[in-house]
Amino acid sequence: MFRDAPHFDVRDYLRKEMMPHFLCPGCGHGMALRALLWALHELKIDRDRLAVVSGIGCAGRLSAYIDANTFHTTHGRPLAYATGLALARPDLHVVVITGDGDCLAIGGNHLIHACRRNLKLTCLMLNNEIYGMTGGQVSPTTSETRLTTTTPHGNSEPNFDACALATAAGAGFVGREVTRHVPKLKELIKDGLQHPGFAFIEVLSDCTEVYGRKNDMGSSSEMVLRQKSEMRPSAYRDSVDEPFRSTDLPTGILTRNTRPEYGAALRAAAAARAAK
Amino acid sequence: MNAIDRSHARSAAKLLSGNAACAQGAIDAGCSFFAGYPITPSSEIAERLSVLLPKAGGVFVQMEDEIAAMAAVIGASMGGVKALTATSGPGFSLKQENIGYAAGAEIPCVIVNVMRGGPSTGMPTRPSQADIFQTRYGSHGDYPIIVLAPASAREIYDETIRAFDLAEICRTPVVLLYDQVIAQSSETVALGGRPPVHATRKWASGPRDSYKPYAAGDDGVPPMPRPGDGYRTHTTGLTHSESGFPSQDPETVTRNLGRLYAKLEKHRDLIDSYEAVRCEDADVVIVAIGISARAARRAVDACRADGHKVGLFRPITLWPFPEIALREATKTAKAILVPELNIGQLRLEIERQLRDRRVEGLHLISGEPITPAQIAAAATKLATGV
Repeated sequence: MFRDAPHFDVRDYLRKEMMPHFLCPGCGHGMALRALLWALHELKIDRDRLAVVSGIGCAGRLSAYIDANTFHTTHGRPLAYATGLALARPDLHVVVITGDGDCLAIGGNHLIHACRRNLKLTCLMLNNEIYGMTGGQVSPTTSETRLTTTTPHGNSEPNFDACALATAAGAGFVGREVTRHVPKLKELIKDGLQHPGFAFIEVLSDCTEVYGRKNDMGSSSEMVLRQKSEMRPSAYRDSVDEPFRSTDLPTGILTRNTRPEYGAALRAAAAARAAK
Repeated sequence: MNAIDRSHARSAAKLLSGNAACAQGAIDAGCSFFAGYPITPSSEIAERLSVLLPKAGGVFVQMEDEIAAMAAVIGASMGGVKALTATSGPGFSLKQENIGYAAGAEIPCVIVNVMRGGPSTGMPTRPSQADIFQTRYGSHGDYPIIVLAPASAREIYDETIRAFDLAEICRTPVVLLYDQVIAQSSETVALGGRPPVHATRKWASGPRDSYKPYAAGDDGVPPMPRPGDGYRTHTTGLTHSESGFPSQDPETVTRNLGRLYAKLEKHRDLIDSYEAVRCEDADVVIVAIGISARAARRAVDACRADGHKVGLFRPITLWPFPEIALREATKTAKAILVPELNIGQLRLEIERQLRDRRVEGLHLISGEPITPAQIAAAATKLATGV
């Protein structure tokens, strides 16, 4: 149990009738889920007014474990479902849980337009670099040269930098964190949940069973430890001169702006027109 | 006829296109959310609702694609509001996966499909009636759905309101299907003031601990949990038990899917709607929908003037098909004529239902409507046995 979480018991937030969960031993998604629930706990978000919308895949299944209003939708579309839900019900707190394939491949168009629109939604993209549920096929975030069931000779496509994509598309809040640092991830999610617009958070997770095993990446603990050497907080990165700067993915809050929130802007425009 | 009371005060006549009548019907039905993607010949519905909805306190959003539009409509409905999208054949194809989700997860919503020529991009500004099967069988798996096929601007207005009512009463997606001619032709229409809305959603109530979101009473329709009311339920496109959580238990899966079909059968008195014109003594009954039915109505008069006993059966509810009414309307008929703008979709369904009868098709796929004269000639030929 984490020292700084005296009153947080994750079991209070889970649907116990759904246990045992279906995640593989060593899967990083459980830690991401813990961080989200911890953030919700610390922000005292009313779960009667919390809606969690997820897509398809391992990440998509997580919504079923959360004791709230949960919606397990179609592959790649949770952001589009959530857009309708959040616009119809601005009183709800809407969180989207999606995977790298769900969000960046089949759902890539919805992601860039959700970023552009800047509707108040918190989107957690759990990136384990693989299609886990369908058996380990290559995803848009699989690193180059890695082996998957559909890249038997090594992946020859470059991978997406999801945060750079979200920033370029105009997301109001963009952050990245690793599952290794659950308290830091919790803080990042808290920041995202409080952002008054679209918040995109990439969580670097791990898939031991169908990805790590195939690429000799070791046990789940070794995969999680690898996150330490590969990730750099953006503050650290920026303090180092250019030639010595890490080329690895930065973590922490990467972008934050206060563009107008889409739903509020829509309602204000409608009210102004109605008043004329 | 359907039992939903559609009587309300008629106001002064207006010149309205079918699409404009649809937009007005949606507002009068209490629709407060529209998500869409522009596509000819349905775009006027979106354009008009972008003006009307914000005035009525609702939300209009143009989404990034057809799939997103359907998803947003389902999301809004899950939040508790009446939601609509409108599209044409190619867009309707894209929406199909999510339409199946709405059918399986029992999310009320209304989808307008204004048919144009196909396949593929086809003829965007030309009429067609070739999406009849797509409305019924377009999404994967077994699922029931309600499809309404109005034939005039006035009827589009009424059927749009009825579509929302049926969606809410039966907790199911309802498709409003009409063709480009009816959509974009302007007609003089006398609309009422705001008609009474008969159907409000049956919301979950009672103890939260023992609540099961898919436990239905005698009518087969489970009350729906509204986010914020404290039920904290799970909604999924996976096969699920009464608890809403995924299940692949053979008995549970079979019972739930059976209930989806049964709940529509239990509401057939509300769902079934049709028009039968001069069928009582008819030797030939024409079966048609939409613009082809309008032409057929003229053909019936022309044939009767020539002394041929010809009638018209027009299903307004296309799916589930009002088969009892069809059998009643065709009991004296020696032959059935099905004029339609496709290579034989409605004809196949009529042949299936009237297996012992002579059913002939009159199919036009040129992108032009069938004329009354073409139908009258074919009906006369059948009536005289030539």
